[in-house]
Amino acid sequence: MTSSKKKTIFTAAVLAVLLAVCVVVDMTLPSYHIVVVVIKKATVYSLVAVSMNLLNGFTGLFSLGQAGFMLLGAYAYGVLTIPVDKRASVYQYFDGGAIQFSLPEIFSGALGDTVGTVVGMLAALLVGGILAALLAYLIGLPVLRLKSDYLAIATLGFAEILRAFFQWNTLGPITNGSNLLKSYPAFSHATPYVILAGLMIAVIVLLINSTYGRAFKAIRDDEVAAEAMGINLAHHKRLAFIISSFFAGIGGGMMAMYMGTIAAAPFKSTLTYEILLIVVIGGIGSITGSILASFLYIFSSEWLLRGLDAGKFLGISAPSVFKNGFRMVVLSVIIMIIVLFFRRGLMGDKELPDLLDRRPKKREKEAAGK
Amino acid sequence: MQAILPYVINGISVGGQYALIAIGYTLVYGILRLINFAHGDVFMVAGLVMVYATTALPMYVALPLVLIVTVILGFTIERVAYKPLRTAPRMSVMISAIGVSYLIQNLAFYITGGVPQPVTNPIPWISENVTIFGESTKRVTLVTPVLTIVLVFALVYLINHTKIGMAMRAAAKDFETAQLMGIKINAVISMTFVIGSFLAAVGAMLYFTNYPSVAITSGGMPGLKAFVAAVFGGIGSIPGAVVGAFIIGLCEEIIKGLGYTTFSDAFTFALLIVVLCVKPTGLFGEKVTDKV
Amino acid sequence: MKKLSAFLLSLVMVAGLLAGCGGGDKSATSDSSAPADSAASANKVVKIGVFEPQTGDNGAGGKQEILGMQYANYVQPTVEIGGETYDVQLEIVDNRTSAENGPSAAAELVNRGVSVVLGSYGSGVSMAGGAIFEEAGIPAIGVTCTNPQVTADCSVYYRICFLDPFQGTVLANYAYNELGVTTAYVLGMLGSDYDQGLVYYFTEAFEALGGTVVAESFPEGTANFVSYINNAKSAGAGVIFAPVSINYAQLIVEAADAQGFDGALLGSDTWDSNKVIESAKGKNISAYVTTFYQEGGNPEFDTGIKEWINANADAKTNNGGNDMIAAVTAMGYDAYFTALEALKAAGSTDPKAVLEALPGVSYEGVSGLIEFDDIGDAVRDSAFIKTANTETGAWDFVKVQSVE
Repeated sequence: MTSSKKKTIFTAAVLAVLLAVCVVVDMTLPSYHIVVVVIKKATVYSLVAVSMNLLNGFTGLFSLGQAGFMLLGAYAYGVLTIPVDKRASVYQYFDGGAIQFSLPEIFSGALGDTVGTVVGMLAALLVGGILAALLAYLIGLPVLRLKSDYLAIATLGFAEILRAFFQWNTLGPITNGSNLLKSYPAFSHATPYVILAGLMIAVIVLLINSTYGRAFKAIRDDEVAAEAMGINLAHHKRLAFIISSFFAGIGGGMMAMYMGTIAAAPFKSTLTYEILLIVVIGGIGSITGSILASFLYIFSSEWLLRGLDAGKFLGISAPSVFKNGFRMVVLSVIIMIIVLFFRRGLMGDKELPDLLDRRPKKREKEAAGK
Repeated sequence: MQAILPYVINGISVGGQYALIAIGYTLVYGILRLINFAHGDVFMVAGLVMVYATTALPMYVALPLVLIVTVILGFTIERVAYKPLRTAPRMSVMISAIGVSYLIQNLAFYITGGVPQPVTNPIPWISENVTIFGESTKRVTLVTPVLTIVLVFALVYLINHTKIGMAMRAAAKDFETAQLMGIKINAVISMTFVIGSFLAAVGAMLYFTNYPSVAITSGGMPGLKAFVAAVFGGIGSIPGAVVGAFIIGLCEEIIKGLGYTTFSDAFTFALLIVVLCVKPTGLFGEKVTDKV
Repeated sequence: MKKLSAFLLSLVMVAGLLAGCGGGDKSATSDSSAPADSAASANKVVKIGVFEPQTGDNGAGGKQEILGMQYANYVQPTVEIGGETYDVQLEIVDNRTSAENGPSAAAELVNRGVSVVLGSYGSGVSMAGGAIFEEAGIPAIGVTCTNPQVTADCSVYYRICFLDPFQGTVLANYAYNELGVTTAYVLGMLGSDYDQGLVYYFTEAFEALGGTVVAESFPEGTANFVSYINNAKSAGAGVIFAPVSINYAQLIVEAADAQGFDGALLGSDTWDSNKVIESAKGKNISAYVTTFYQEGGNPEFDTGIKEWINANADAKTNNGGNDMIAAVTAMGYDAYFTALEALKAAGSTDPKAVLEALPGVSYEGVSGLIEFDDIGDAVRDSAFIKTANTETGAWDFVKVQSVE
């Protein structure tokens, strides 16, 4: 009892400190500072990585469709939030586009400018998530009957098909075809990203600790046994798939906010692979691990290791070795080392509060005994 | 007739190229139950080696070198990235495959500077233009399907009539029992990677003679399509992979000819999903109910 | 044991992180003293950011554009600002051609404290970076990003090149009036706003003249253009207009030759590259491109930069292995001097002052007179048209085309 209380306090304290750090960063640094930019990107990746972990790590469904659902979320966000008077210039080849309203403006009318815009932006994110969830339901009908690698390749295929559709000129009045969506509102500071992603991740954590979460884990560990225990396999798999896609859709919307422009091109299978590898670095089955890994990965690839590309790193100057692309080589070698030799990743299946446990093995045994 | 002829010629050629890659997928899957995500990248590396080797060395040295380097690469990938995970869950091996693919692409990016490399010194004779039935095309377009068929027959002979072939068939049927029967399973697995990489290298030479530019992502799409071909034909089956590859190649070019160019890639994936849902064992696949 | 390994692993990662921090700081400070020749002089330093792709689809073009800036920096390494001599230092950051890398690459430039930014080669990534530059109040001079959207919605973006509506119209006029073609086949990459923008304006202008257009798109990563060429043939097209990046242009030239396409290939400014002309050499095709600069337009610049490229192995590699001058290189050169003019006019290295001075800048560059209109676009009314000489392997000048 005291131990669990301690854990709660510990977790709350860590989260509060992180939030405080973020607020301080926002107050001291301008919004275009590289630190703010990487925090934003890492936060978005955290959310998407956690949503992927929910599916791949906690339910054992190996899906590679994450980029597709993010694409949907991103487009939904852009299409619904571009101000009406900017539409003519954004949809320059499609006569201003087919959609002539903007959620933030609608809500601004009712709730005042600042509040209304924020509510409208959140509503657009939500719509993106819901669309992704709907699509996941439809895709899930045929695809979830497949197992492991077949499921992976089928979801990958769906993401690719989706990308082709979004670039199709016939849908141009909505998606702007091959052209960028831009001029939509976005949070310029890091704190809103952190709070938003934090809330989403909290929801996922609650879900994982509920009966549903336990059912997911049971399916991962042994499908046959889970079914024998009365868990409805199809229902729970579908649920995990839909929920994961919902959060990936929201993550996609936030990604759109971060990027400032939306095109279908960034949402390729490479993005999915990148997120999968982040999940692996953090530890399959650990939310904390996914978040930690996202931050480590984005911080090093976008900022700290840039020296590896620019000729100088740690004061060593070797322009012939440290040239363009070396940074990614180093990162991918680290990833391979983790995949081969540290298969449990940074955190294994431990979470933040578990770090308080001095003797994890004993406790595990006790838990198993109960 | 005259109107669709160029599309058919081209489609068969594309199919031949996919077939050479698809065999690598199907052999490895047959034994290890692993989608070797890095196979498309091995194909791309073969193309890069060809670009560099043909500019620096005479053709009769360069081409064997491409084959040797690619085979060594395939062998090394298996030994380093897949062998240590033999007892691990299938998901770990697949993640390792994705990791290898990521590593190869980043390495290629580093070496090429991220800029597509043109094939400045194409293989003579097959890169020349010829006219067939009044349609102009490159000779490689006509050579590819013939060479593919010859290689497939050689491979089928190897598998059905040699000792290592028998061992491969045994390992594909039952991994553990084959091991108990004294088959050196690691040697068999290495052999499948060697064969797969060899064919990928031949495929790369033909492919990059036809389309003379190697980008670091060049292996991705052909790789995925070849995999779909392997699934379509029935994964684990060599004739299946070849037939599947030719069908996909033909369909793809005809779809482009009909004007649906936007969906020429998406079509392949749609086909994959339909096949997986309707007939997961593919055209020639054995019944494997527990796998899908 | 597992716990221990996990702990060790995280320790390594954290160590790497800290090391990275240290490295980041160091590289930032040591960068400012990087050019060996300027280290000797005690001049103050003004930084010009270079926001260009060095990798990805536009990597080859971006590198050539950077060459122009580096050569300009070599010719004119100092600038007089407010009565003081400043050393000019180029801060080059790779934006990897892609919109998702735009913001962080732009932020990296802002972080390095640049006064003005040059770039980018392509439009999509310019728009992605534009938002960051706008927030930071740093002026940006687009070099060859031709999409109208780049400057339309961004208060800090200016550009020295012509725009897609202009370029599309020039090419449509040329195809219809000079080449006498009534049916055109246009091909662009799916998801590339540059390609699709030009396709749109070309189609609009060509149809207004009374021609017919068949438009198709290919997915990213396509290598096999054979069926596209066949589609053009069966549509009876006399010209294929393909405003695509260099790599695809090479493949299209190859496929057009193999399939025996007897019409003309039309390219946009991206085609004006020695890589494309190398592919076209010895082939049985005809190709026309619009571009910003024609080699020979300014002999002094030509000989100077050729000498510089030949003396510098890295530069030669980046230029594609020879000393042929791409139009984008000339544009990069002009962009650099335009930035210097703005710095001089501002009398300060403060980005805000430069931003205020930039609209008033007028500079006679090697590619022509550079002045900005209200939106921030260059006032340009003519483009060079060149054709590929497949025997000599060079671009031959055809004419200067303008649109009223």
